[in-house]
Parts: sequence; structure tokens; C-alpha cells
Amino acid sequence: MAEAAHEEVHRHPAPTSFIRKYIFSLDHKVIGIQYILLALTAVVVGLVMSILMRMNLSWPGTHWPIMATLFPTGAPGGIMSPEFYLSLVTMHGTIMVFFVLTTAPQGGFGNYFLPIQIGAEDMAFPFLNMMSFWVTFVGFIVLLLAIFAEGNLTIGAWFSKLGESFAAGSGTVGPIGGWTGYPPLSALGKVSGPGQGAGVNLWIISIAIFCIGSLLGALNFITTLLNMRTKGMSLMRMPLTCWAWFTTAILALLSFPVLLAGGILLLLDRVAGTSFFIPGGLYVSGSLVPLHTGGSPLLWQHLFWFFGHPEVYIAILPGMGATSHILSTFARKPVFGYRAMVFAIFAIGMLGFFVWGHHMFMSGMSPYSAIAFSVLTLSIGVPSAIKTFNWLGTLWGAKIRFTTAMLFAIGFVSLFVAGGITGLVLGQTSLDFFFHDTYFVTAHFHLVMGVASIFGMFAATYFWFPKMFGRMMSESLGKFHFWITFIGVYAIFVPFHAMGMLGMPRRYAQFGEYEFLKNAHGLVLFVTIAAIITAAVQIVFYFNFFWSMFKGKKATDNPWEATTLEWTTATPPPHDNFAGVVPEVYRGPYEFSVPGAPRDFIMQTEPEGAEIGAGLGEASGNGGSGHKH
Amino acid sequence: MAAAVTSTERIIDTTVGGGPRLREGNGLPKNGEGNRQEGGDSIRFSPDRYRIGVWVAIGSILMLFVALASAYIVRSASGNDWQSIAMPKVLWLSTALILISSITMEVSRRSLKRQSDAGYGRWLMITVALGLGFLASQILAWRQLVRQGVYLASNPYNSFFYLFTAAHGLHLLGGILALGYLLLRTTSKRGTLEGELRRTGAADAATIYWHFMDGLWVALFLLLFLWK
Amino acid sequence: MGRVLGIAIWIITLGSVWMFVSKRWWFPEAISEHGPRVDSQFMITIIVVGVAFAAAQIGLGWVVWKYRDTTSTIRATYSHGNNRLEVVWTVVTAVVFISLAVMGQRVWASLHLNSAPPGSYRVEVVAQQFSWNFHYSGKDTVFGRTDPNLIDDSALNYVGLDETDPNAKDDSVVSTLVVPVNRPVELILKSKDVTHSFFVPQLRFKQDLVPGMAIPVHFTVNKIGKYEVACAELCGMNHYKMKSYMLVLPEAEFNELVAMPQEKFQARKDELLNKYQLPQY
Repeated sequence: MAEAAHEEVHRHPAPTSFIRKYIFSLDHKVIGIQYILLALTAVVVGLVMSILMRMNLSWPGTHWPIMATLFPTGAPGGIMSPEFYLSLVTMHGTIMVFFVLTTAPQGGFGNYFLPIQIGAEDMAFPFLNMMSFWVTFVGFIVLLLAIFAEGNLTIGAWFSKLGESFAAGSGTVGPIGGWTGYPPLSALGKVSGPGQGAGVNLWIISIAIFCIGSLLGALNFITTLLNMRTKGMSLMRMPLTCWAWFTTAILALLSFPVLLAGGILLLLDRVAGTSFFIPGGLYVSGSLVPLHTGGSPLLWQHLFWFFGHPEVYIAILPGMGATSHILSTFARKPVFGYRAMVFAIFAIGMLGFFVWGHHMFMSGMSPYSAIAFSVLTLSIGVPSAIKTFNWLGTLWGAKIRFTTAMLFAIGFVSLFVAGGITGLVLGQTSLDFFFHDTYFVTAHFHLVMGVASIFGMFAATYFWFPKMFGRMMSESLGKFHFWITFIGVYAIFVPFHAMGMLGMPRRYAQFGEYEFLKNAHGLVLFVTIAAIITAAVQIVFYFNFFWSMFKGKKATDNPWEATTLEWTTATPPPHDNFAGVVPEVYRGPYEFSVPGAPRDFIMQTEPEGAEIGAGLGEASGNGGSGHKH
Repeated sequence: MAAAVTSTERIIDTTVGGGPRLREGNGLPKNGEGNRQEGGDSIRFSPDRYRIGVWVAIGSILMLFVALASAYIVRSASGNDWQSIAMPKVLWLSTALILISSITMEVSRRSLKRQSDAGYGRWLMITVALGLGFLASQILAWRQLVRQGVYLASNPYNSFFYLFTAAHGLHLLGGILALGYLLLRTTSKRGTLEGELRRTGAADAATIYWHFMDGLWVALFLLLFLWK
Repeated sequence: MGRVLGIAIWIITLGSVWMFVSKRWWFPEAISEHGPRVDSQFMITIIVVGVAFAAAQIGLGWVVWKYRDTTSTIRATYSHGNNRLEVVWTVVTAVVFISLAVMGQRVWASLHLNSAPPGSYRVEVVAQQFSWNFHYSGKDTVFGRTDPNLIDDSALNYVGLDETDPNAKDDSVVSTLVVPVNRPVELILKSKDVTHSFFVPQLRFKQDLVPGMAIPVHFTVNKIGKYEVACAELCGMNHYKMKSYMLVLPEAEFNELVAMPQEKFQARKDELLNKYQLPQY
């Protein structure tokens, strides 16, 4: 048996030149890190934008000298204009959803760990994998171009030469139509408002490019998982992370093409004069819109949300997988109800394709289909609840080690419950009469797909950092980061519900216009202060990340005493992951605290009989190498 | 062993638990081997990665066209500006060309399976020619429409007509590039077993893709023809 | 660490629950017939949600408190789960959630699956960037013909009313929504540029206005007064100040007003806007 696990395979030599090794690398590990670095960059942009939005909401009309310098037209005299605010809303949403919540969990951690966890030496199509990252990267650059095209007069003038629909330099930092880009607002061009010229075109192109990158990634994930699992790695022996990445890849594979289709149609409406989404007889800014007839604005909403809802799960499923994985590891317990967890992940993913209409209850679509969508939406609560119960079951009777990764994983469970449960309110058509497009919605999705997903990624970072970089992150800095962030995000997003109760609409540049919102001003200020503190603490995370990369304590191969394949190989793993050895798997992924076994964990590669200590001469007990309490 | 391998199917054939297995040391890709050990019965079929890859890719391309086709159907009912046009006759030629190309592609794949490298290359070349002919015929159809004054933005039906043909054409062009790559590879000598597997796997995948492009065109053609 | 985390989770739970229980930030008073039904459906939902939320969080706090790693040598419980428990919680949540889903359709169905009751007062609403136009049919209760080609904002013809149409003679277009109390109102919602959304928090009602569509909706208001109308769908730079008022008038006052020709309507409506006060918030 032991021999079987050490068969030599054909080994691809590791590249030696800097460019092939670190830039245009075919190695899934390098590509994964590239994705993570991209997300770490994008999230800074998105976060700074959210702080600017908070400042504008809390201190409207305040003169910020630095803003006057940075954005002379978007913030004339240092006072942010409403269109500048809306462009922040749009770009914050787009950057966070696409370039953070889709890249880090799937492209980043999935890329790095899926092949290792199933015992493969790389992805099925390394070249496509490399393309997938670089295409995504180009998408990000194009999105940044949208910022500069609208925000910078010189660059804007350059784009304006491309034609009417590319008019730019409006003083915003991109389009003002929100990340959902509803036409006709997004289809009519600059006549519908500042930022709606080149900004929207570049925004659509960026998203289309992103779609292609994600599709290449999804193709790779699915093929790799189906085709390259090592000996003994049956589907039901895969770590739950792999199930999550696999389901996510299926969602991406089937939903991104639909967004791509919508994007193509929208772009054609803007630059080629077609009328897919633009109805006839529109009168905008003092004149009749010529040429267009008969288009359907709702068609875009259907296409967009057919993608948009699965996208929510694309963001959070990998976080669920990582959480299950990390909870089990530090609880020193097998995952409670592994099969139920797999079923729940799949059920959430598949049901996710049939609920997009709940974003459109108020849109003017058929009230009958709204009812169907509503019932299906609330049924997604069932597999979500199953997951929560099983996480609690995993912790029940555990022996919890409170590492930073574990804290964030527990935080994930808490936030997932807090954010997900209000879906029961928002999924009801009758309650959406009031709550649709209020801050109640903003609270719901920020908690569940934003913050919970990010907590999943923080947990993943603290957990896998040693394997990726060969050094430990600082636990004390990590814990400090956890506590402020955990309390901070609740302080930010719980009050959003209260604003929603007052009926506060989303995407308002200011709230002073309405009497019914005057009781919200205290809340708005409170949230802003909480947001600034929480955002500032992320500097600690960045410091910890980059400092530990070079100066952290050296990590052993299996510092957390975990069981899955990534902990059987060297730290960091060699170019082909297992140094020419084909690992063979003999058991499920979460064999912790097996009674009678010499240690409180049994690795997946330990042959049959390890339960009773045969063939293993290591010390029993729960103390182990590299683990710190 | 290497000589006995004539097709991917053979290699990735069922592996009976406990029976003889292909060993990694032979230079085989280790994918698809004896993955399921639970239960021990395990007749496991594990297709080649190119084949899985191409089916997965087809899934996403299908979603793209399904989305566009849904948009087509919704849009046809949303305004009173929908005006269909008489389809250019040359599209029948296109359809014939691509149907034939599917057959030649299949012949080519089977030639490879029979280890007839010459037949494989020849039929591949014919398929590429038919594919290029199809594209030329599509462009001819566009030119006819333009001559009639029918442009992309003239009418939603036309918009979709141009969009469907362009999107399909681009995907077919991708297929032609893939076939071109296979053609380049036909000149290389037969080498290792892994190389052989990759060759047959790629040919299989390209064939599947090509048939899909064929079927997709027929479906689009019927949609444009019947749902006016 | 486990104890601190447990307590932190409990405090957060307590704070979140308090925010709802204290009702310090709550719905404005409902003024529509269906409003109280929305509110009671919300109460049922928020109680279910609150109990589930509190139970899950308290449970989470408890397990991290209870099962923190004390240095004893006893291992964690070795268990792969319990199928009976899985079935129990799946069935229980399915029953609760689906029941909520079904109950949550009632108000919706009563408003949207029926057409406006006979005798409803009909107003055409035409939204534009960043203002509201309310088109009243006047004495003859027949709307004059409108045509987008006739829209001319600079000539104050915001909805493209055809002045040559005899039915249009007595029509009024003003920027305030005026509705009668206790009589069903039917709004025909249209937009002339981008998508907007009609939202009056007190009405417990919201509906998008989509260009190219005329969406009929109906409701009955049962409290006299003045309320703010907000736009709830992002419509451009001044979305946040696309504001109007809804005046709910006694039947007689209402009938008198809507029978007036445009100028008098306008003047009288302005008087009434001053006469009525917004609710106390």
C-alpha cells in the first residue's frame, strides 16, 4: 500500500526565468496568489470608495480640500457632487462584486488549493488558467480606465474622440447607474447624466472581459475536479472546500454567459443604435430620443439577475466551504453531516438559478411569477439553515482551538446567520412593498454576501497563509484584526436595518430632502464612524500579510494538525505539488479525534489501520508540532 | 502496451476494482484512474480531460446562445416594431456546407481511430475548407442584406440576425483555429503514449465541438426561420 | 478566548434584537387599507426571524464558550452527524419557511392579482428625471390623448398632452399627487425617460415606473394628510431629490379640487399643501 502512494509520475520541470515563474506562470499556485493580490488591490479601491460615500452621507456639503485636489470636477471646491457619489456607488459595487468577491475566493484560494486538495499536480489546462487570470486582470485595468476616462479631463477628451457614446470627462469616477446598470439609464449615453458616456462603455467592456476570464476559470475547475482526482479521492472524500469551489464553478459556468449576452446587447444599444433595451418615445433632458423603438428595459433585468443571483452564491459558497473546513480542523471534530453539507451546497447552488425574480418584484413583471419566485426564494432558506445547524453540530462537543482562522470562521457563521435570515423578510412579495430598495436590502446583502464572504476569506488567509508562503502570520495582530472587524461590521450593518425600517431608500446621495428620514441622521453618523474605524483596522491585516510573508515565524508542513492533502506536502508546495509522488487517499477529509488513534487527527493519506496506530510510531495526545494555543 | 492503444476510449475504459491497472510509470497522464475505491465494485468510467473540457465549454456556450435566444423571443413580443425579413437564400448553402463538414469531421476522427494518419489529415483539411466555406457563405449573406439596405440597427429582427450569425461565426472560427492546430500536429511523428492520448483526445474534443457548432447553427437557423 | 467570543456574540445578538424590540426606528404610521396587513405580516416574520436569529447566535455563543479547548486530554466527540437530526431540522425549517412564503403573498395577491375596484379614482403618473407629473382627467373623467412627440418641457407640456383633443380641455397636470380618502385609487404608472419607482413609506407601497410600459396599480388610503413621495429606483444624479407630495383629501374637498381647470387646480393644490402638515416623525 505504501508503495502505491509513491509512484513516480511524469514531472514537468519548474520554470526558471522570472517572467515564466512569477508573471506568466502556468503554475496554479502562482496564479492563485496573483488572483489574491489582485483582490487585495481591488478591495482597497472599493473600500476607499465606501469611506468617501460615508463621508458624503454624514457630512454633506463639507469642504474636503484633498477632494478638490484629487477630483477638481467631481468634487468642485472639495464638495462631493451627487453624481460623484453615485459613481462611487457604482464602482464600489462593481469592484467588490467582481474583482474581490469573485476573484479571491474562487480564482485565488480555489486555484491554489483545489488541485492540491484533490491530489493533482496542476489544473487540467494550465495555459487556460494563466489566460483566465490575465484576462481578468485586463478587465480590472479597463474598469480603472472607466474611472480615469470620466474623472480626468485629458483622458476623457481622448475617449471622446471615439464617438458620441464615448463622451467622457464628466468629473465622476465612472458610471452613475449602479452596478446593476439598468437601462435605459445605462443605455442612453451622456444625455442621461454625467458618467454615462465612456464610463458605461468601459464598464460594460470590463464586465464582458471579466465574464470570459471567469468562464475560462470555471472550465478549468470543473474539468480538474472531475478528471484529476488522485487515487482514492472519491467525490465523497473530497474536502467540503472542493465541493464549494466545484459548485461555484458550475454556477459561474452557467451564469456568466448570460451576463455576457446582456452586456453585448447593452453595448450594441449604446454604440450601434440597436433597440434591445431602449423603448421608443423617450424624452430625456429636454429632447426626444431618436431612432430607438420597442426595446424592453425589463429584458435586461431578467438577463442581469439570472446572472446576478447565482453571483451571490459564487461569492459566498467558497466562504462556506472554507468555514466548514476550518471549523472542523480547529474543533478537532469531523464535519457534522458531511453528506447533508454537500447536498446543501448543491441545493443552494441549483436553487440559486430559479430565484432571480425576487430582485424584480417591483419591476413591473408579472405578479404571478413574482409569487413563484418568492416561494422558491424562501425555500433557499432551508439548505442555508441546514448548513448553519451542521456548523453548530460540528462545534458541539468540540475541543475548540481559537486560532485567528477559527475566530473568523466562527464570525462567518454568525454573520451568515445575521445576514441570511433577513432574506426571509425580503423574499416576501408583500413586505417588499416597503423594503424593496431600502437600506434593509443593503444591510442584508452586505452582511451575507459581502462581509460573511470576506470573513470566509480572512479565515482562509490566516489558515492557508503558512502553506502558501512558508511562514506563519502573527496571531496577536490577527486576533486584534478579528475583534475590531467583527464588532465593527455589526456596528456598520445592523443599523442599516433600522434605516430600512424608516424606509430609507438606497443610492441617495443625501437624506436631508426628506422629513421621514430625519430620525436616521444619528444612525448615519454612527455607521460612518464605525466604518472608518473598521476600515482603518484593515491596515493591520495588510501589514500582517506582507510582513509575515518575509518575517513571519517559519511554518512546518502541517502547523494546524489538519488532515487534508495540502498538509501532506512541503511548505510551500513544490512546483508539481507533491514532488513527483502521487498521493493516495484512504479516508474522508475530516478524521479528527478518532477514538483509539494515536493522534487526534488522521491524514487522508494514512493507510487503513491508522485508527489503531498500526504503522505509526508517533506520540499520541493532542499536542503537536507547530500548534500554538 | 503503447501500440495497443488505438483510442482514448480504450485507455480510459472501465477499471475493475482489483484488476490490472495502467501504471503511472508508463508515462500516462494519471487522470481518471481508479478513483473510486469505496465499495470496491467500482466500474468507473472517467473520460479524458479534453472531452470533459469541451463538454463543459459547450455548456457555457450553450448558455450564451440560450440567453440570446430568450432575448430574441422576449424582444419579438415586446414592441410592435418587429419586422422579419426574407432570409438570404445563400444561408441554405451555409447550412449544407456545415452539415457536410460534420460528416467529414467524423470521417477524419474515425480515420485517426483506425490509425490512418493520412486519412485523418486529409479529412481534417476538407473539414477546415468546408468551415471556411461556411464562413464565406455567411459573409455573403450579410453582403446581400447590406445591399438590400438591411443593417444591424434597422430592426430588432435584423439586429438578432446579425448578432446570432456573428456570435456563431466567431465560435466556429475558434473551432477552425483548433482544427488548424490539429492539422499542424498531424505532421509530427507518433511519439509517446501520452502524446498519442493527447492527440486522440484533442481530435475527439474538436469533433464534439464541431458537431455542436453544426447543431447550434441548425438550431439558430430554425429559430430565425420559424420564429419570425 | 472562547468565553470572550461567546459573550461578544451574545451582546451583539442582544443589541440587534433590542433595535427591533425597542421600535425606536420603526415604520411610519400606515395610511392605506392594506398597510396594517403588511405590518402584521412583518411582525409575524420578524418574530420568526428574531427567534431563529437569537437561537442560532445564542447557540453559537454557547458552543464556543462550552467547548473551548481546556487543556484536558479528553478528545472531542467523534461523530459524523445524525441523520435523524438532519431530517428533523430540514422538515421543521421547510415547514416554517414555506408557511411564511405563502402568508407573505396575501397582501400582494390582494393588490396585484385583482384589477382596481369599480369606482376607483384614476390618475396617470408620468415620472421623469427628477420630478413627478400627475395627470388628472378633470370633470369629464376622460384622459386627453397624450403623445411622446408632443412632450415639450420648455413649454410646460410635460406629459405630451394633445391640446386639440376635446377630452384634454379639462385635464390638469400638476406635480403633486392628490387622492381621495377611503376611495380606491388607481394609478397608471409611466415614465418618459428612465426607470423610476413610486414610493410612499406610509402607503406600504412601491412600484417601478418603466419607460415603454403603463403599469396599473391600485390601493385605498384611509388617513387624511400630506405625505412625501420618493423615488426608489436609481434614476440619475438627482435621484435623491426626486420628491413630491401626496395629499389625501376628504371626499368633498377632493372632488372640488379635481373638477377645477389647470390654473385653479394648481393654485388650490398649493394652498392645500400649506394647509396640511406632514406627520410627526
